Amino acid sequence: MAKKSLVETTINGEQVEFLCEPRQSLLESLRDVLGLTGSKEGCLTGDCGACTVLVDGRPVCSCLMLGVEARGKKITTVEGLAEGTRLHPLQQKFLEDASLQCGICTPGFLMSAKSLLDRNPNPTEAEIRYALAGNLCRCTGYDKIVRAVQDAARVIQGR
Amino acid sequence: MHEFSYEAPTTVEQAVKLLSSDGDSARVICGGTDLLIQMRNAVRKPKLLVDVKSIPEMREISFDPKTGLRLGAAVPCIEIHENEAMRRHYPGLTEAAHLIGSLQIQSRASIGGNLCNASPAADTSPALLALNATAKIVGPNGSREVPVEKFFSGPGKNVLQRGELVTQILIAAPPPHTSDRYLRMIPRNEMDIAIVGAGACVTLDGDKVKAVRIGLGAVAPTPILAPKAAEYLIGKKLDEKTAERAGELAREHAVPIDDMRGTAEYRVHVVGVLTKRALLGAAERARQN
Repeated sequence: MAKKSLVETTINGEQVEFLCEPRQSLLESLRDVLGLTGSKEGCLTGDCGACTVLVDGRPVCSCLMLGVEARGKKITTVEGLAEGTRLHPLQQKFLEDASLQCGICTPGFLMSAKSLLDRNPNPTEAEIRYALAGNLCRCTGYDKIVRAVQDAARVIQGR
Repeated sequence: MHEFSYEAPTTVEQAVKLLSSDGDSARVICGGTDLLIQMRNAVRKPKLLVDVKSIPEMREISFDPKTGLRLGAAVPCIEIHENEAMRRHYPGLTEAAHLIGSLQIQSRASIGGNLCNASPAADTSPALLALNATAKIVGPNGSREVPVEKFFSGPGKNVLQRGELVTQILIAAPPPHTSDRYLRMIPRNEMDIAIVGAGACVTLDGDKVKAVRIGLGAVAPTPILAPKAAEYLIGKKLDEKTAERAGELAREHAVPIDDMRGTAEYRVHVVGVLTKRALLGAAERARQN
């Protein structure tokens, strides 16, 4: 087996060290090494967005990034959204608005939506759809997803 | 994926050393949005990946009104779009970078990777051709500069020799009344590979064209220039009629293939349409500069 590298990084606000082979993607490192299975494997080609995580605040397909590239970065996964048992407004609104059917795409959508709202707390519908364009939902629930993001934006802004 | 080693040097010299040491089986990784997929499909099997994102000069975006633009090859597309100088001075290149894939892809995919991957349909290539950009290349024998129009040698192939890498893309500061525009046609609304890409950079002198370059993508084995169309426009007023004629002349340069995205005949037709629109769009911007 190839030599493993030690990767020091920050995941969901905690300093983490893990060992991985260079050929392991960040997605594999998160799921198989660190047991963070919230990020989902879909296409492995960067098309579906199910594996989306935030790297230094930017949305990235974790299937198209190596685990070793996480060195010194700040990674946020869907596991980092809730505070304790208190769901993030996006998670809460996805539930209330029934914005998921099978749910495989949901963690990716949540992370893309979080990245959008962090930058633009009051996005238009077009801006929401653009920001979510790298995430595919094969149950075709896009309208409810967009609505949940709009509702979450209102909650975050206290409107 | 196969086994390989990974290094992340912090200087170009270290990168060149690593790339030279492992012969043809070392490869540069920036965003990895092309490379990791190729590796997963066993199309490429490098033994060593050299991650160049920690090399400061490869992450630089610096614009000077006299010396022009130095754009680090490892700059991700999203940073080009977010940069005010890029949007102002090179709006065509900026919109090309902002058309590549989703935000997830733009957060990773680099301008240098789009260039070096040498896809005939790469979105930034026609824009770089229109801007007469130059690739700064560093290798074991020192550095050299290659104009982008001489950089491609075939589909997926470029002029880089063993141990060499593109460190920066250099573009002159736009003269007064100059601007650029990039347009592409894809089979769906967003996020697909171009059927045709057309980049135009226009310099006006009053209402006449002083200089113009037109780059085309996805209609030849490499991204190409359309000099016949450019030559025709020199000294003319750029309007609907002359832009239409330039589009017809640009079609003469297109030698596309049929594929699942479009037929050769359709691509040739679209070359004319997009060339016309890119020219008119660039001219409109140039008038405001």
